Amino acid sequence: MTTTMTGPSTVVPRFPGMRVTQGRVIQSEWTKFRSLRSTRITLLVSVILTIGIAALFTAVTANRWSHLSADDRASFNPVVASLNGVRISQLAVGVLGVLLISGEYATGMIRASMTVVPRRLPVLWGKFAVFIGVVGVASLVSTFVAFFLGQSLLSSKHLNVAISSPGALRMVIGAGVYLLLVGITGMALGGLLRNTAAGISTLVGLYFVIPPITELLPSSWSNDISPYLPSNAGEAFWGRPDIHHLSPWAGLAVLCAWTAVAVVLAAVRLVRADA
Amino acid sequence: MIEVRGLTKRYGDRVAVRDLTFTVRPGSVTGFLGPNGAGKSTTMRMIAGLDAPTAGTVSINGAHYRGARAPMAELGILLEAKAVHTSRSAFNHLLALAQTNGVPRRRVDEVIDLVGLREVAKKRVGGFSLGMGQRLGVASALLGDPQTVVLDEPVNGLDPEGILWVRNLLKGLAAEGRTVFVSSHLMSEMALTADHLIVVGRGRLMADTTVADFVAQASGTVVLVRSPHATELRDLLVGPDVTVTSAAAGQLEVHGLSAEQIGDVAWEHRLRIHELATQRASLEEAFMEMTRDAVEYHAHTATETEAETLRRPVTSGDPR
Ligand SMILES: Nc1ncnc2c1ncn2[C@@H]1O[C@H](COP(=O)(O)OP(=O)(O)O)[C@@H](O)[C@H]1O
Ligand SMILES: [Mg+2]
Repeated sequence: MTTTMTGPSTVVPRFPGMRVTQGRVIQSEWTKFRSLRSTRITLLVSVILTIGIAALFTAVTANRWSHLSADDRASFNPVVASLNGVRISQLAVGVLGVLLISGEYATGMIRASMTVVPRRLPVLWGKFAVFIGVVGVASLVSTFVAFFLGQSLLSSKHLNVAISSPGALRMVIGAGVYLLLVGITGMALGGLLRNTAAGISTLVGLYFVIPPITELLPSSWSNDISPYLPSNAGEAFWGRPDIHHLSPWAGLAVLCAWTAVAVVLAAVRLVRADA
Repeated sequence: MIEVRGLTKRYGDRVAVRDLTFTVRPGSVTGFLGPNGAGKSTTMRMIAGLDAPTAGTVSINGAHYRGARAPMAELGILLEAKAVHTSRSAFNHLLALAQTNGVPRRRVDEVIDLVGLREVAKKRVGGFSLGMGQRLGVASALLGDPQTVVLDEPVNGLDPEGILWVRNLLKGLAAEGRTVFVSSHLMSEMALTADHLIVVGRGRLMADTTVADFVAQASGTVVLVRSPHATELRDLLVGPDVTVTSAAAGQLEVHGLSAEQIGDVAWEHRLRIHELATQRASLEEAFMEMTRDAVEYHAHTATETEAETLRRPVTSGDPR
């Protein structure tokens, strides 16, 4: 045959307007997201953890306030107390992120996804867009609910603060954004490693294992490393100001940098490697 | 139309596909035949752009698939390994695929009916039998009403009724002017389905031919002759393009002549014939013969490489 390899196809699609657009791929990813029960359950678990642990923690603190030591009372921060659930729910959000992509590799679905969108990257962006939309909203709603519920439970001992108190709004939004970024990192690790167990282990290692290990290093080293770890940088943004931490906005920048590196690596692997 | 040119795929030092060149044309069913491990699935993954070729090119309908505006209108593919999230329903699986390319929702219902999955469309795919999974795979391949359809071992796991259904479906698609490329490791299946054959063995092209020519080419036809004058007849028949063998006294197997030609020769020389039977080699035999060659060829090259490795330390010399 003498047909050239470079010309455009002459095929006329049967359905008018048929072609791939980023918006359509986002719509498709939303269908995928909402049609998996495991996804909905994991998201629900993360919301319940964020709110439930805040309620538990603030209720216990208010109840036992008169028994607490002077040190404990001095270091008590009502905003952080109501956001503590994030330390646990980040695991659920991170696992959700990993699963959303590694699940497609585990089942082989990724091959169908890449065949219908052979440029590939729109699928990754579509997944991120849906995740940011759904998990971003769920995370922010849950940190706001956790804050107001926590403050109302603390009000019996007049320990509560208003959302307008210094730093409170930034911390509440910060905790929601932190959860979202952990989830995005999870997605990127799922895409990079293409394996659920490997993705979750790496995420847990990065957020839960490395930080305490770093504390065991000589303090001259750990002071240089520790603030730049993603969990600590994140806490600088959503937690209380701490001399060992970066400033809130530097913390956010460092966390975004970690996330961006993971996303870029995932995108490169998706485009370069065999699906 | 699928045009494959010099296609090669290496995984580490294993060559799965070696310098394949062939064209799959619209309007007929082209079978892609080869024993397990011949490189059929690998070739099909490269056609779909899932695996990048180590060398060579593929074009779909005269264009690069990756740049297609509406990929699902160009190519629909069913892969051998399941490509479905097991926890999703068949309907949602198809809907998600359709939405990427702007295929209307009514088409999702249309293909569900076409493959006969209506009753289980809202059920988890994880609970599907192998046959239902294959039907779902066919449904996703046909969603975009593609010009080119590629199916990797579509009859695997299907019951006889399902096999017949796939066969008629493929013929129907070809009759509509589509390009249909379907793989199998079973010659008998291809004989009933395909018009044209691309045969591969160990990643190499063994044949690119019509089904009819393939059989003739691979082993030709044999005519069995039983005659009390077998010896005289043999001497009369042998020639440059004719071989005659004898399995038993009074019996001949003749390659290269038709039964009519043999009968005429016998009549001219007034030799009596008791039996004259044309034996067409079955497709399975033709296929086995061809792939046996491939195996032998490779066993040969393997020995060469081994010998070379053994010789190398001696010829290069030890620096000490
Ligand atoms: N992803 C892979 N990595 C390594 N080897 C592979 C991979 N895919 C296929 N192969 C090898 O390539 C050869 C061809 O395989 P395949 O294309 O599946 O053959 P077929 O579909 O004809 O049975 C086999 O030897 C197989 O082991
Ligand atoms: Mg195969």
